[in-house]
Amino acid sequence: MTVTMHTPQPQPSNPFTRRSFIKGVIATGAAVSASAYVFRGSQTLLGQGSMPGSVERLMTLNVNGQMRRVDVMKQETLATTLRYKLGLTGTKIGCDRSECGACTVLIDDVPHYSCSILTHTVRDRQITTVEGLEKPDGTLHPVQQAIVDEQGFQCAFCMSGFIMASVGFLKANPNPTRAELAHGISGNLCRCGDYNKILNSMMHAAETMRST
Amino acid sequence: MATIHDVMPVFELFQPTTIDDTTALLAKFGKDAWVMGGGLDTFDWLKDRNKRPKVVVDLSGVKELSGIKAASDGGLEIGATTTLTEISKNPLVTEKYPLLAQAAGLVASPQIRNQGTLGGNVSQDTRCWYYRAGWTCYRAGGNICYADTPTAINREHAIFDANRCVAVNPSDTAPALIALDAKMVIRSTSGERVVDAENYFIGPGTDITRMTVLKPGDLLTAIWIPATWAGAQFYFEKVRERQVWDFPMVNVAAAIKMSNGTIQGSRIVVNAVAAHPMRLTAVENAVAGKPRNEETARMAGDLAVQGAQPLAHNEYKIPLMKNLVKRAIRGEAQA
Repeated sequence: MTVTMHTPQPQPSNPFTRRSFIKGVIATGAAVSASAYVFRGSQTLLGQGSMPGSVERLMTLNVNGQMRRVDVMKQETLATTLRYKLGLTGTKIGCDRSECGACTVLIDDVPHYSCSILTHTVRDRQITTVEGLEKPDGTLHPVQQAIVDEQGFQCAFCMSGFIMASVGFLKANPNPTRAELAHGISGNLCRCGDYNKILNSMMHAAETMRST
Repeated sequence: MATIHDVMPVFELFQPTTIDDTTALLAKFGKDAWVMGGGLDTFDWLKDRNKRPKVVVDLSGVKELSGIKAASDGGLEIGATTTLTEISKNPLVTEKYPLLAQAAGLVASPQIRNQGTLGGNVSQDTRCWYYRAGWTCYRAGGNICYADTPTAINREHAIFDANRCVAVNPSDTAPALIALDAKMVIRSTSGERVVDAENYFIGPGTDITRMTVLKPGDLLTAIWIPATWAGAQFYFEKVRERQVWDFPMVNVAAAIKMSNGTIQGSRIVVNAVAAHPMRLTAVENAVAGKPRNEETARMAGDLAVQGAQPLAHNEYKIPLMKNLVKRAIRGEAQA
């Protein structure tokens, strides 16, 4: 069995070349078209090697409820894809080593460090970033609104990570004590040291979410 | 060494969906293949350019590697890629083996537990920062231990069984699994073998480049927990500087069975004091037939640390380990 160690070339008989596909991605942006079906599980279509488990770079990613088609390097982390390929710069990269939590996003409603997961690993999952929280009419998520009301953050670089960690935690634990909440979002760091105001905000948000 | 904020160097990625495909890939690529579970012991190596595998095999798509099932003997079978969050909350674990649930719940941070796997937590490499920063030490194939020089910072390093390398095993779930007499199920293309958790971990005297018996081509597929210690009296404690994220300075896991007010049998294990978790068989033998009281606890603590050899900055680990063993025997968290 031979294995191609580099991105394989399309077969000559294939009407969809890699180049035209990438152009298509650029041209159509986030719009969902019929070609999404064509390229889903498209390993053989694009002439990928026959090795089980081979990975195709072109993929469709479910981000904030939208199907986004994107060309992802095999070694690319989700944080990189979100920020530099999809333009979702609300997700911050702090330490890039699963320590600070600034890059936290929800994957199937569970908080993960997006700096420490390959985009290819989350191909079939639902990703929610801070951009996906507000309603289409511009109403903020209760966690976001509570932060505005309580002035929860100083510099706010860590804020979107804290928001996503809190939204994920409150989904599973709608009625936490302050200590439980602190433990639940303990995977995030704030260098301004605003933990008290952050916890005030999140407790306030939990209250709002329970009453609505 | 500077922290690099850039995309990792190129590797070929495979995402198999069955154990057979996975072991075939591992056999094919041998030493060039890197097995990735949750990825928490993967990305810093790759991002810092300190390990450069040609091929990464991502286990996240192999459904048969994940999940917790009741085994026919009354015990449990836990898939290797089951997340630590799942283990800390699953009723099958929390009811019969709260020791393991507690250990899994004390690992790192919520996000890491949501992604980190049991197989990864027990198979992770050591956290010695000289080694992980890419210094060419013994463990990295060089000819020196940077953590054991007159000026080295070695507060977190070994007090037992050092052999050239003084790094420690940082796992929290490993001592719990050994205390529960768990069995590690390992697959390769040449078949399946089962290793006692106690024998899964190896020290530098056996092989200075590995922490476990896993060799290239091997895949840890599941962890069996026999019914033997279900519902015994358990004790787990982890001491760390920061109550989130940090690795243990020392941790202790104990399973104790009582009969007529005295200890009938026990398994007591500490970690982060040597390159492998240490089962304290001498202590287990000494406390058999004795009550769980202050006197037994003191005797057990004194016995546990016999032969410890501290480095320049980790002598504190001796009283720490002594007191943790003491508390495990006494069964209450008092000084």
